[in-house]
Amino acid sequence: MSQIFPKSANAAVRSSLFAVLTLVLFLGWVGFTLMRSSWLTKQSEYVEQPIQFSHAHHVGGIGLDCRYCHTSVEKSSFAGIPPTKTCINCHSQIWATAPILEPVRASFRDDTPMKWKRVTDLPDFVYFNHQIHVKQGVGCATCHGPVDKMPLITQATSMQMEWCLACHREPEKFLRPRAEVFNMAYEAPANQIELGLRLKKEYNVAGIEHMTSCSVCHR
Amino acid sequence: MDVSQKDKQDPLGALPIITPGYSYVSITDKLTALVLTKNTPTAWFVFMAVGFTLLMGLMVSLGYLLMKGIGIWGNNIPVGWAFDIINFVWWIGIGHAGTLISAILLLFKQDWRTSINRFAEAMTLFAVACAMLFPLFHTGRPWLAVYWLLPYPNVMGLWPNFRSPLIWDVFAVSTYGSVSLLFWYIGLIPDLATFRDKAAKPIVKKIYGVLAMGWRGSARHWYRYETAYLILAGLSTPLVLSVHTVVSFDFAVSNLPGWHATIFPPYFVAGAVYAGFAMVLTLAIPLRAIYKLHDFITMRHLENMAKVTLVTGLIVVYGYVCEAFFGWYSGNLYEREMLRLRMFDGYYPWAYPALLVCNFLVPQLLWIKKFRRNIAVLFTVAMFVNVGMWLERFVIIVTSLSQDFLPSSWAPYSPTRWDFMTFFGTIGLFTTLMFLFVRILPMISIFEMRTLLPEASTKSKPEGEAH
Repeated sequence: MSQIFPKSANAAVRSSLFAVLTLVLFLGWVGFTLMRSSWLTKQSEYVEQPIQFSHAHHVGGIGLDCRYCHTSVEKSSFAGIPPTKTCINCHSQIWATAPILEPVRASFRDDTPMKWKRVTDLPDFVYFNHQIHVKQGVGCATCHGPVDKMPLITQATSMQMEWCLACHREPEKFLRPRAEVFNMAYEAPANQIELGLRLKKEYNVAGIEHMTSCSVCHR
Repeated sequence: MDVSQKDKQDPLGALPIITPGYSYVSITDKLTALVLTKNTPTAWFVFMAVGFTLLMGLMVSLGYLLMKGIGIWGNNIPVGWAFDIINFVWWIGIGHAGTLISAILLLFKQDWRTSINRFAEAMTLFAVACAMLFPLFHTGRPWLAVYWLLPYPNVMGLWPNFRSPLIWDVFAVSTYGSVSLLFWYIGLIPDLATFRDKAAKPIVKKIYGVLAMGWRGSARHWYRYETAYLILAGLSTPLVLSVHTVVSFDFAVSNLPGWHATIFPPYFVAGAVYAGFAMVLTLAIPLRAIYKLHDFITMRHLENMAKVTLVTGLIVVYGYVCEAFFGWYSGNLYEREMLRLRMFDGYYPWAYPALLVCNFLVPQLLWIKKFRRNIAVLFTVAMFVNVGMWLERFVIIVTSLSQDFLPSSWAPYSPTRWDFMTFFGTIGLFTTLMFLFVRILPMISIFEMRTLLPEASTKSKPEGEAH
């Protein structure tokens, strides 16, 4: 009886075993890379705004406190987007006729708010509260990055659940004294863990059981 | 030849496991001709048409489920688990006979398993496929079930709850499915090579050739084959016990009256083998008639299966007795009340007596040899057991959930037309797969049947004695 497959079929079959394994591993690698890529998370992506507002200039250069504009960050879930009036406080005097600021003046004149686009957006099924984080000693920069050095604002972290949980599981790695929360220049000391554990106790930060319970963030 | 034929006969007068008069060639010819033929029996088309129609019903019902959500099913609080879990456990249970026949009976050298192991293993695979559909679609969004069911480092930093029996179930069933598939496929390889060599059309030759993976039947091939087969049999043996044990943990680990009983694991395993053998009988009897396999699946096989059915059925009944005794002996108000409601005046007073009729009374017929050797009686008893084992899961799940601790939260459950359509749809899926299988693959292991011939043993005996 004649052979139905040529001799090379052996090599083809053997190599196909490796090919299948490689393909599976490759697809796995693609999946895991894509899942965490900035293409999906939108991390470090610039967002077109009505005006190219520079946090680097206002925070880093002039030295405005975060709360000058984001007034409700200490007492609300929402940090707050400043009304046009906050801009006009200064810009009625400084750069009052600069062409670049025309949209701000127009907004003030017509009493229509500026349409800022949200950069850091959590899914609607996540209940996030700024107040509690600020109160427990989580610095603005811990989540939002070095805003004082960002000419245009971008999302500084992945904002994925594993990132949230990294801190909810071990808050001592990130906590700072309440007085330093808004300090953009703050640097973690060498004994951060020791300090973090002390602050955790002092501020009554809940234990891991509570902090990683589903209903803390999904209500 | 005559002497050796006599050797094979049981001194107690049991029937032969293969009708005398076959040779290596005639066995091979007869079994390959079932597939490599243009004459498909009319009955095949009838079964296929029915199965395929039901399968289309499954497609419609699952499609509608994906559009609407699981609200189209009848289960709702307090009966959060109903048809989906009943059918899951029912199908998984059915699969167990295939593994028992292929693995445990192999290790115990029960050579009568040879005629029935191949299609029983196929039955296992298809039953597992049907079973897996239910929990998967009960999630409502099966595309998300990947991270609900499987542990992998996802971006949510989230893992399944390893303390939950539901995740043990995922591992138990997927291990079971993959080991069964391997076992079945490895067993098929020598027969696929026979098909490759016997096929006339070049394309058919090529297809079976690829599937046979270059099997030439050399001594080295056989040595490796036997080793692999034995290892897989060893691996499958604990699975027969473990899979349904884990399935029973879904219930026993909770503290619901009617579920929280230590008898559950052995009781479920026995039930699984019981249901499985009934299903093997349900399949073997028509297949034997359609394909005229009376010489290979003899009365001896049917009788043996009837005996296993009877024994495992009695273990199941022992489970019922234990359940009732535990409930009463616990002295617990809720356990006792659950038993009273389940047996007498709950929402489903018909279910428990019907279960006893199907699983306890009717199978007692199998004590009598005349009935064990009567095809019509056997088939009827097997059908009763199929229904009875489904009812058993219905009783366990629905009666326990619908009336638990607080009378204020009681509510009866009734299935919707979609529940039925999905259930009968999986029967269609099973039938379709089964009949596709018998059409394209050898439903009886050809090379193992050859080893049952007297020649096979007389040839090897003198050599063995010489050493």
